[in-house]
Amino acid sequence: MRDAWAETLCDLAVENHDLLVLDGDLATSTRADRFAVAHPDRFLQMGIAEQNMVGVAVGLATLGYVPWLSSFAVFFTHRAVDQVRMLVAQTHANVKIGAAYAGLLTGFTGKTHQDVQDLAIMRAMPGMTVLAPGDATECVAAVRWATGTPGPVYLRLARDAGPDLFDDTYLFEPRRVVPLRDGSDVLIVSTGMQSARCLAAATLLETMGISAGVLHVPSLKPVDAAAVAEAAQRVRLVVSAEEHTIIGGLGGLVAEILSEREPRRLVRIGIQDTWGESAPNAFLLDRHGLSPERVAERVVMEFSRTAEPSRAAGR
Amino acid sequence: MDRAARRPADPLPLTPDGGVGPQADLDELARRGRLLVVDTVAHSGAGHIGGPLSAMDLLVALYFGVLRIRPDEPDWPDRDRFILSKGHSAIGLYVVMALRGYFPVAELASFDTGDSRLQGHPDMTRLPGLEASTGSLGQGLAVGLGIALGARMRGLGVHTFVMLGDGETQEGMVWESVMVAAKYGLGNLTAIVDCNGLQQYGWPPAPGDEGRGDRRDPLAGARLRDALEAFGWRVLEVDGHDVEAIVAACADARGAAAGSQPTAILARTVKGRGLSFTEGRFEWHARVATAHEVAAARLELGFEHPGEAGP
Ligand SMILES: Cc1ncc(C[n+]2csc(CCOP(=O)(O)OP(=O)(O)O)c2C)c(N)n1
Repeated sequence: MRDAWAETLCDLAVENHDLLVLDGDLATSTRADRFAVAHPDRFLQMGIAEQNMVGVAVGLATLGYVPWLSSFAVFFTHRAVDQVRMLVAQTHANVKIGAAYAGLLTGFTGKTHQDVQDLAIMRAMPGMTVLAPGDATECVAAVRWATGTPGPVYLRLARDAGPDLFDDTYLFEPRRVVPLRDGSDVLIVSTGMQSARCLAAATLLETMGISAGVLHVPSLKPVDAAAVAEAAQRVRLVVSAEEHTIIGGLGGLVAEILSEREPRRLVRIGIQDTWGESAPNAFLLDRHGLSPERVAERVVMEFSRTAEPSRAAGR
Repeated sequence: MDRAARRPADPLPLTPDGGVGPQADLDELARRGRLLVVDTVAHSGAGHIGGPLSAMDLLVALYFGVLRIRPDEPDWPDRDRFILSKGHSAIGLYVVMALRGYFPVAELASFDTGDSRLQGHPDMTRLPGLEASTGSLGQGLAVGLGIALGARMRGLGVHTFVMLGDGETQEGMVWESVMVAAKYGLGNLTAIVDCNGLQQYGWPPAPGDEGRGDRRDPLAGARLRDALEAFGWRVLEVDGHDVEAIVAACADARGAAAGSQPTAILARTVKGRGLSFTEGRFEWHARVATAHEVAAARLELGFEHPGEAGP
């Protein structure tokens, strides 16, 4: 996914001479080093100084530049969060945050580098668009959209590549939620690369006699709440799944929507208000209940405990 | 000097728990430590190489020649404190702690395996002996400052050492700590800067600077010295691969009377030090050695027999 991000920026910069990339000494990890080679005069190295980097981007944006920032998600959402809040969100600056290595799968860096609170933090920033693409194709589309649309964008980027969800005909629209699969018993709402794992979980569930739909949410803010509520209406149980704490991210978002619009039992799968650890991906996904098998298991268990909603009987 | 030529005929035996006493030859320990870094990272499949190898002689000097510590009593209240602010070099610290007897050398094999005490970045909630959790650069000096302040208020004769990367000094928070430490005249605080001149990606070459062939020069050491002095610190410079000189500089820093200035030791180092193929190569900042490279490292460092240095 990081490759898709960097390559798209390289492509876009050919047309868009205002596009800049600012790096916090992580270009070799985020893949922004490709941009440094392709467009050396528009690659600005800011060093290991993220707070300054965010401020500089805001200044550049006032001159009509479109700065994309390159660092790990944690350093934006935690280290430089004051600068993001004060200088970027409050002023609606045209700054694009390329938040690499977001989520749990950060390649053995452990809890210091795992950003599993970013969605909660960024969602709470008024005016911030919060995107979490599910595959490389969607990432490309999101980067194109964000570059061409004024205003602050937080783009959650996974470190690793994952299975393809979409083909080249895919059209990115902010707000839109994307049904990946229909199902009549359970609705799994997911975001980012977790959506592919949820799709696999739904396939497993089918063999166990449970019909599970998967609704992918690439845009946590803004979001089409009505569409989420509408999809929830057709099932008995709603499950959210994310590489993020269950507090305030996608699970929080779905809880907000359901409690306001369409009361349904919600089970939130994600990091259970704890910290991660450095370990192989398979270990981490299993530990935090995010592998297809664990998601399916949890759905089976919770589904059996969930009564048919009384209103649904009348429909 | 040709490091292989210094190879002793009989490699240092590991005691059953892997610890070696403080009497061990420090250069020999650093050599063993370097191989354990390369080996452990290869074993786990991830981790940093350049920074830990750069800092190995500093770590060995600290743990075997400087710090007043009790590995079998890691929470001994009167111990000196050491904080690795450049937390990505955790494996270097773990290796030296293992050699010093904090835990068995064999435990290095658990590096990065989830439930391990040896996390990718130092996690003080898991491993006794770690004084701070680090990994987000720029924060360690503040913690050391707090310890130094608190120790003085409590009347403890504790000395606090913090190791930073030179790239890391780009973080603004470092300078917030630098200012406050000088204000409080914390002679019981020493910052050791691992000045290897390379960071992860670094800076593009200045126009016409092609000859340097290195776009990754974080800071000129001289400017760092000037900046620290301007902020009221005493600055020493030392060859960061000369273990005796490091021990002497640390003793000098410790000698600073309470109420005097904090000391910064600028240690001139080479990133990836110790192996011909990693020295000065930014590519080795975070790279895993192939089996072939591990074998080469083993030979270069003088450990012919596989498994000798474990894990
Ligand atoms: C706040 C923060 N920003 C970025 C990083 C990513 N990072 C890890 S190591 C490193 C380079 C460190 O260079 P230096 O401090 O010179 O240490 P060296 O490895 O060269 O000893 C970077 C940018 C980080 N860990 N923390």
